[in-house]
Amino acid sequence: MARRKGDCNLMTMKEQNYEMALDCFLLAGQIMMESGAETYRVEDTMLRMARSQDIEDAQSYVTPTGIILSLGRRQITKITSITHRITDLHKISLVNNISRKLTLKIITLDEAYDELLKIQKTNYFLPIHVQILTASIASSCFMVLFNGLWSDMPVAFVAGGVGHLAVTLVQEATKVKFFSEFFASLVVGIIAYLAVHFELGTELDKIIVGSVMPLVPGVIITNAVRDLMAGHFTAGIAKGAEAFLTAFAIGSGIALVVGLF
Amino acid sequence: MEYILQIVFSFIFTACFGVIFNAPTKAIPYCGIVGAIGWIVYYYINHMGVQEVQASFVGAFVVAIVAQIFARRFKMPMIIFNVSGIIPLVPGGIAYNTMRNIVELDYTLGIQNGMRAFMISGAIAMGLVFAEVITQLIMRTFNKGKTSMQSFARAKRRTQKFK
Repeated sequence: MARRKGDCNLMTMKEQNYEMALDCFLLAGQIMMESGAETYRVEDTMLRMARSQDIEDAQSYVTPTGIILSLGRRQITKITSITHRITDLHKISLVNNISRKLTLKIITLDEAYDELLKIQKTNYFLPIHVQILTASIASSCFMVLFNGLWSDMPVAFVAGGVGHLAVTLVQEATKVKFFSEFFASLVVGIIAYLAVHFELGTELDKIIVGSVMPLVPGVIITNAVRDLMAGHFTAGIAKGAEAFLTAFAIGSGIALVVGLF
Repeated sequence: MEYILQIVFSFIFTACFGVIFNAPTKAIPYCGIVGAIGWIVYYYINHMGVQEVQASFVGAFVVAIVAQIFARRFKMPMIIFNVSGIIPLVPGGIAYNTMRNIVELDYTLGIQNGMRAFMISGAIAMGLVFAEVITQLIMRTFNKGKTSMQSFARAKRRTQKFK
């Protein structure tokens, strides 16, 4: 609209606005991708936010390791790289809310950008002891769901909690996902082996599977297949590779324990 | 009795994963409900003698439908309920067995388990996608303009009128 009027002042304002908008949409995409959203959802959200600002011909290219967003033929294009991916559903829901509000014009672009910056900085995870407790409970529930023995539940409870603690601590210290998962499954394997050795537990396999359950990449595998079906082949293959690497880390950690004893 | 036990434990199991995946606090019980419904459907069908791949498909289909309902009611993205809901169905144990077989150099069993894991996760993804597409089709037929894209277009038209 400003272009049609040909007003010089308006043009520069519009251009600044475009730069702000590009940063805002890319930040939204980046937060969502880092929190483990599906590829198509990230594209959809960014393009919707763009259309709400009367930018009709925006194009995006989203992969699990980076996002390219262009606002149109004559506009600038920007790339953002994504280095780490976790599952953080709270952030996805918050970004979704902001995109909803922006689309319905409840908030302006500036407000949306400020809120996104705030979301990116904040850590919404529950305290670590709650997470460990839930991981323990989940591991012991696994025994009931998959025909394990009730008497194995305490061992799975301990092993699952320690495994989650190990993966969190090592991840913070080393920032290498492969190593932290390997180490955690090693710890789980040792605990399960010792428990069976001292006759606190019975079925080694069930205890190990239950305890590594919070680590296994089941969701990544499913998301990978889903992305492949939606036509996002790059994302699907990349996520498949990530899932394979995680499964390999866990498998080799356990195999080390089995091989040692 | 056995079914009640399964429902209770799958509810706890899924809700715990909701916490690990950091779902919004008020959504966590509903994550548990989605997971429990999906699991009990899977469990029942699997006990009727249907293979695990087909049972996983049906389970994921039900999960996606229930997740869709909750997502509309709470105005949250569907992925929140989906991701925790399919957790009892995903072949984590089989994926683990695969890797264990392979690192123990038992390749035949490893490939066999790997194919099983791949087929089950493919079935889950198919169930999710099919349910999503079908519910959107039904929504579009029964109440006009209720799909997210159309409500988006309508909201936009409304704002343009104000200008």
